[in-house]
Amino acid sequence: MPSGATIPHDAHRICRDAADLGLTGPWSIQTARGFLIEPAFDLQERRGTEEFSSVARRWLSDPVVETLHLLPAGESPALQTSDPASASNGSPWIHVLLKPGVTDPQADNARALLATLGWPVNSVRGVRSYRIDGPADQRERLVSRVLVNDAVEMAIQGNLAAISRPSPAIRPANANAQPRRVEVPLRDLEDDALIEVSRRGQLALSLEEMKAIQTYFRDRGREPTEIELETLAQTWSEHCSHKTLKGRIEFEDQLITNLLRETVFRSTRELVGRHGLDWLVSVFADNSGVIQFDKEYGVSFKVETHNHPSAIDPYGGSNTGLGGVIRDALGTGRGAKPICNTSVFCVAPPNLPAEQLPPGTLHPRRVLRGVVAGVRDYGNRMGIPTVNGALVVDPRYVGNPLVFCGTVGLIPLNAVDKTARPGDLIVVLGGRTGRDGIHGATFSSLELTEESETVSGGAVQIGNPITQKTLADVLIQARDRALFRSVTDCGAGGFSSAIGEMGEQTGAVVDLETAPLKYQGLTPTEIWISEAQERMILAVPPEHWEALRELAAGEDVEATVLGRFTDDRTLTLRYQGEVVGQLGMEFLHGGRPDVLRRARHNRVAPQPLKPPLPGGSSGQGAPPIATYNADLLTILSHWDICSKEWIVRQYDHEVQARTIVKPLVGPQGHGPGDAAVILPRPDQPRGLAIGCGINNRVGDLDPYAMAGLAIDEAIRNVVAVGADPSRVALLDNFCWGNTNRPETLGSLVLAAQACHDFALAYQTPFISGKDSLNNEYRHGQTTLTIPPTLLISALGIVPDVQDCVTMDLKRSGNALWIVGQTGPHLAGSHWTLATGRTGGVIPEVEEAALNLRIFRAIHQAIASGLVRSCHDLNEGGLAVGLAEMALAGGLGLSAQLHLLPRDEAVEHDAVALFAETPGRFLLEVEPDREPELATLTRDLPAARIGQVLDEPLLSITGLHDPALAVVSLGLDQVRQAFLRDLDDDTL
Amino acid sequence: MSSPPVLILRAPGTNCDEETARAWELAGAAVEVHHVNRLLESPRLLDRFRVVTIPGGFSYGDDLGAGTILAARLTHALGDALTRFVEQGGLILGICNGFQVLVRTGLLPGPSTGVSATLTHNDVGHYVTRWVRLAVGPRPDSPWLTHLQDAILEIPSAHGEGKLVTTDPEGPQRLDQQRLVAFRYVDAQGQPTVAFPDNPNGSPRGIAGLIDPSGRVLGLMPHPERFILPYHHPLWTRRDPAGDHFPTPDGLRFFQAAVRAITSSPTT
Repeated sequence: MPSGATIPHDAHRICRDAADLGLTGPWSIQTARGFLIEPAFDLQERRGTEEFSSVARRWLSDPVVETLHLLPAGESPALQTSDPASASNGSPWIHVLLKPGVTDPQADNARALLATLGWPVNSVRGVRSYRIDGPADQRERLVSRVLVNDAVEMAIQGNLAAISRPSPAIRPANANAQPRRVEVPLRDLEDDALIEVSRRGQLALSLEEMKAIQTYFRDRGREPTEIELETLAQTWSEHCSHKTLKGRIEFEDQLITNLLRETVFRSTRELVGRHGLDWLVSVFADNSGVIQFDKEYGVSFKVETHNHPSAIDPYGGSNTGLGGVIRDALGTGRGAKPICNTSVFCVAPPNLPAEQLPPGTLHPRRVLRGVVAGVRDYGNRMGIPTVNGALVVDPRYVGNPLVFCGTVGLIPLNAVDKTARPGDLIVVLGGRTGRDGIHGATFSSLELTEESETVSGGAVQIGNPITQKTLADVLIQARDRALFRSVTDCGAGGFSSAIGEMGEQTGAVVDLETAPLKYQGLTPTEIWISEAQERMILAVPPEHWEALRELAAGEDVEATVLGRFTDDRTLTLRYQGEVVGQLGMEFLHGGRPDVLRRARHNRVAPQPLKPPLPGGSSGQGAPPIATYNADLLTILSHWDICSKEWIVRQYDHEVQARTIVKPLVGPQGHGPGDAAVILPRPDQPRGLAIGCGINNRVGDLDPYAMAGLAIDEAIRNVVAVGADPSRVALLDNFCWGNTNRPETLGSLVLAAQACHDFALAYQTPFISGKDSLNNEYRHGQTTLTIPPTLLISALGIVPDVQDCVTMDLKRSGNALWIVGQTGPHLAGSHWTLATGRTGGVIPEVEEAALNLRIFRAIHQAIASGLVRSCHDLNEGGLAVGLAEMALAGGLGLSAQLHLLPRDEAVEHDAVALFAETPGRFLLEVEPDREPELATLTRDLPAARIGQVLDEPLLSITGLHDPALAVVSLGLDQVRQAFLRDLDDDTL
Repeated sequence: MSSPPVLILRAPGTNCDEETARAWELAGAAVEVHHVNRLLESPRLLDRFRVVTIPGGFSYGDDLGAGTILAARLTHALGDALTRFVEQGGLILGICNGFQVLVRTGLLPGPSTGVSATLTHNDVGHYVTRWVRLAVGPRPDSPWLTHLQDAILEIPSAHGEGKLVTTDPEGPQRLDQQRLVAFRYVDAQGQPTVAFPDNPNGSPRGIAGLIDPSGRVLGLMPHPERFILPYHHPLWTRRDPAGDHFPTPDGLRFFQAAVRAITSSPTT
């Protein structure tokens, strides 16, 4: 029953996506949306179609902008159209439907509404229909690559009658016909056969692990069942157990027994030992780290990756990636209320020529648009502001883009503890269980290949933010009424991980047939490991069950008892009374043999800058005027640096009315703010700053230096808006290639060691983290590996948001100061990228103690009201920092390089302008406050280097000749390069 | 009546209820937030309130179109109870998704106006978050607008479907003639505009909000509840440090104006 409605935006989007694939058309596309409805009433008996038609017209279509056609199954809307032009069009309609079993909230809502309105129906399916005119030879690819997302959708040409009934692909409701307890004989297998069992079952278990399992079951005198193997595979997966980073590593001459414990965790422990840090509440223990916010509340923070799903289905991947990390907040303590999100994307250049695309990959432009839309739709719909992020563009992300999503939560300090007790009911709250997302945890532990899309389609999950919003509404109320004792989210591994983890200290018995299903026919194993979204597991004391059930029912949320926690430290899985699996918790959580991997680092010898710096400003004759204009404009328009406005404004970054410093600042909203500030408790002046640091270019040269830079940058970002550097907590996210290669693992070891060292040096604790390994893409004989990528996220307390500053210039006549020493650090910089250079001095944190003193001085200056604007210097160095402050404020400036505090090695204008030395800030100060700032920074490298102008000019004079402008640009030119006229369309 | 009782109706997917409650409370109202299921179970709940507010969000996921399902449920379960509520002096406010709900129920622009309208996709084709300037329609008779006449309000907007479209191409003009345009997007010079970005969705005549002929039912796309502290404004860090104090935030002004009108006239 498609209702003919032209949605020009839809057709436009299709043409654009087609062009990215080289399918340039020209296309003429008609679109319609509709529903396939199987009524449970007799249309004739119910006074014919007229009355139903009017109900459908009013509520299933928008009567003002759409036209409704009510058609018997099998007829296409073209036959009914009143538009003679389209009636003469000969091409058939193509209908796109979700595959059977894929969550279809629109159809579910349509069915529920029709029932409420007195028109009960047996089934409803949503359908999008298209009629396409264009080159016949491109048409099929347009359909298969653009119209249909193969992972979850299917296309039907012409007649819809065949699929108007539930598809036979959904197994019949006769569960008794299925085997329940499936044994997998293992005890007598040789090594090769054990590996084959793992491979065939997509278990991603190694030979050592399979042998440990074999021994366990030999000792028990029986074979394992399918569900037991799956439970072990989920729990022992890289995704769930982080076995590489927690395993043994031989690195050069040392044996590391547990990398994370010896680096990131250890630094936090050492900081607590040395400095107390009584504001840490829960670190590395729960779904997020928690720090104290004030006397009554804590704040939680977690950042997750969702890389492989996003490579296959960018929209669905980032959508459920954000959904998953929001559940991490909800599953922290007894529930933290999500108050803001972050999103960082690493993709290949969006303007990559279509012919350079490796087989089986999606165009980066499509990936980027998709991941932005996925975050937008989940965050906006749940009503959580997405306030901070970054975009990193590098050709090596083409097969394996990275998607990082983070969530900050607010939690009463007395709700941080959680313990399930024997006798508590195991309750699932939220969405239903389906076949979606089977094997996500094990899939993400393998590398991507050309076939991933087809083999692992089932691993893609489908999100429904509204289900999660209602789940969150109920959870927070239930928390405040103390109706449960513990909660965790169902993420990778589904029930198996959630219940397995919660019951680790107790034991659990689960009756799998009690799980509410989206449709019948799931095997017990599928129920157990399904990664269907929007579900949480609660431990509910029996006496509170009735109250919880009522609360949930009152908000249309499903709550179901699946079993109970026991005291036998055994996981018992039953299906209709029969035990289908039984594992000791000790074996499940402690039985995995330690992984031993080798790591090595081939230190790259320092290379001189090639080609060397252009002659001129170090004495060999005067350079031409404004010699660096072009370089600066090129850098400003690089994807990493240019305006992200087209992304930021698609996110509702203001919902909840907490956003005090927005992601975009300045009178035109063009300024890229260093960090966002939110107000967790609207009646209190205390705020939170959220920022991040990432630098993959230096990672290629020196992973240790990269980690230092990312940490320095993340802290610098939050300090620049007003956070107190003694109240900053960090998160790590390591995304690396295949760590079976010793050199890949070696670079990770160095980065982790740097995390330890710099966390200590800055006295800034890590509170949580996550790693994602095997980020590679294989096609034919070629393997594409991502550059080692470390994202550091920072959460800083702002004592009083009224003191916050932004980076846009405020008033002409004000002084411009720089705090921090400029070094000769050009290696991996944007200037070398823009000018095609290699080599040079690698930027690194040379003196963290000095940088920490700078951070504290900046904070004191901001808190004392000395600073009108503040910007941290980062990608592109001083020149880009100055340009951004000017374009953000709509005011010009003049700056003099010869006044710059700098190392002796900084002798060249290009170095002074573009070096990416960490630990530096630009400040705008009212002239009458300069003496105070001078006093505050008297022991630090700091100087006045310029002033704010009324004229829309960016003017920077040289190191050696203060009369010579090395950059001289109109603000318009600067703005044009930075804005690039980017939006969702022109991207 | 010093604190007018305000009902905030939340539904599955509503996500602006908390800040809307805070805004009303700061303005002096006595707020209760109820799930729409409670109202559908007992429509008499309405009797206790002077104002019903339907806040922003994505009610029922907007799955059948923005605001459609909540509108259908209210229409089906309450019949004309909402209309009676208004006839007896009650006020209704719909913000963003709430505005979409009021339009889909037909309460806006109102059955007597002869104009049927909808709120559809922004011209730019996607969701847009940005601050806008709103001019207030000439309706001193409306309790919502009487204390805002001549004001220009700066408040944020955030939506994907905010463009007003009417069945009749003359619809927007007729809405204007009947003085049913409560708010319109204006440019820096205060002139109504259809141009992006001052008008984020391309709505004709800059229409950002509608009011019904009685003046008691108001809907608008932008979010006044998101500007109730000076620090919500995107440019607050540009204030002169010499210390001029902040004016009352425009969003709070909106709620205060309503409370003032309601309390000064017990049976508006």
